[in-house]
Amino acid sequence: MLEEYFPVLIFLIIGTGISLLFTAIPFIVAERKPDSEKLSPYECGFEAFDTARKRFDVRFYLVAILFIIFDLEVAFLFPWAMAFGDIGLFGFWSMMVFLLVLTVGFIYEWKKGALEWE
Amino acid sequence: MMEIFEPYFALVNQENLWELLIMVLQVVGVISPLLVCVAYLTWAERKVIASMQLRKGPTHVGWAGLGQPIADAVKLLFKENAIPANASKVVYMIAPMMVMIPAVIAWAVIPFDEGLVVADVNLGVMYLLATSALGVYGVLMAGWSSNSKYPFLGAVRTGAQMVSYEVSMGLTVLSVILMAGSMNLTEIVKAQETVWFMIPAFPMFIVFIISILAETNRAPFDLPEAEAELVAGYFTEYSSSSFALFFLGEYANMILMSAITVVLFMGGWLPPMDIAPFNWIPGFIWFFIKVAFILFIFLWSRATFPRFRYDQLMRLGWKVFLPFTLFWLVLTAGAMHVFDLV
Repeated sequence: MLEEYFPVLIFLIIGTGISLLFTAIPFIVAERKPDSEKLSPYECGFEAFDTARKRFDVRFYLVAILFIIFDLEVAFLFPWAMAFGDIGLFGFWSMMVFLLVLTVGFIYEWKKGALEWE
Repeated sequence: MMEIFEPYFALVNQENLWELLIMVLQVVGVISPLLVCVAYLTWAERKVIASMQLRKGPTHVGWAGLGQPIADAVKLLFKENAIPANASKVVYMIAPMMVMIPAVIAWAVIPFDEGLVVADVNLGVMYLLATSALGVYGVLMAGWSSNSKYPFLGAVRTGAQMVSYEVSMGLTVLSVILMAGSMNLTEIVKAQETVWFMIPAFPMFIVFIISILAETNRAPFDLPEAEAELVAGYFTEYSSSSFALFFLGEYANMILMSAITVVLFMGGWLPPMDIAPFNWIPGFIWFFIKVAFILFIFLWSRATFPRFRYDQLMRLGWKVFLPFTLFWLVLTAGAMHVFDLV
């Protein structure tokens, strides 16, 4: 069971190795001449103003919460889809009730304007 | 933490050192062609888009500009890696790796031909969804740690965009699992021997193609890199090899998503028809032809479509794709009961 996943570990090690190697090369071969202008935050043609640590739109946060709800729903659907052949009509209708409840919630948030971006 | 790896360490001993070596060779045999493909995908992108705009694209380095990707890579690796003074340095350095590594490890479960798969796991689809979702961490880490306003805005936007389309992608994949009755990718391909899933589930195929464009932040959904407003999005502050890693990760993700599409909807290594001239060609060549076709769609849409506005992007994800994929999933499940295909 676990042995099947062993190549994934090798992939992880080699992938990390390549990434580390890539990151390391310029520190070894490239000339480094840092100065304050080069290391200041990017701005196009004038002095940088404003900080990056500022407020952002709450709707991004809302999207993240909605994502958790619906991704959980998808996670619940996976075992259902796998056992679809064994659970028969009862299993089918149970999931339909679950989806119906979720759909009511989805319609509610839609009407509340949680999905509006203008 | 270490207990998790205990069974793996137990696997590594004197007797099966040979097996381990073969496994490492297999992994290298997947990763190195992948890196070459990534390099030449950038060349193909420039050539294809150039042809569509009546230009020539790269021509100077080598024959037909074929040396261009190598020249680019060498140039990037020999540049100074400038780390912004007020960046969170550790997170800043790790972020590009967090984009690159998931794009590489996901290849463990992709079947290139019958039996030609490194890890033939029974939860292949789940694994792919999990690894492809990891990329968003790298993006958020990059945007936050740069401590500069354009990367920050870019990262917030990208994060919201990637999670929005992940839901509809998950539901699309579910309808495929329903039809195939398995999460093992080899079995999903074998379930398509009668008909490729892109035919009975054609709308899902289209939704999936559009979702992978949004997931990989490609045009027309390249809002994170919307040059006119956010410079280069979350990797504005990156230079040299860290920038190269983002680039590699993005293109490796494109190839990965194309491969997933091919496995789920276009019959993987199967020829279009199981008759004479088609089944002479080995399966993995069919696989690569199909992947190349989906990649061409990526490039084609970049040359053709104008960029979406952010509210349009969110509307498409939440108000169109989510209800529609959910409806189609219920329809598939219902139809399977009605026609006794369970």
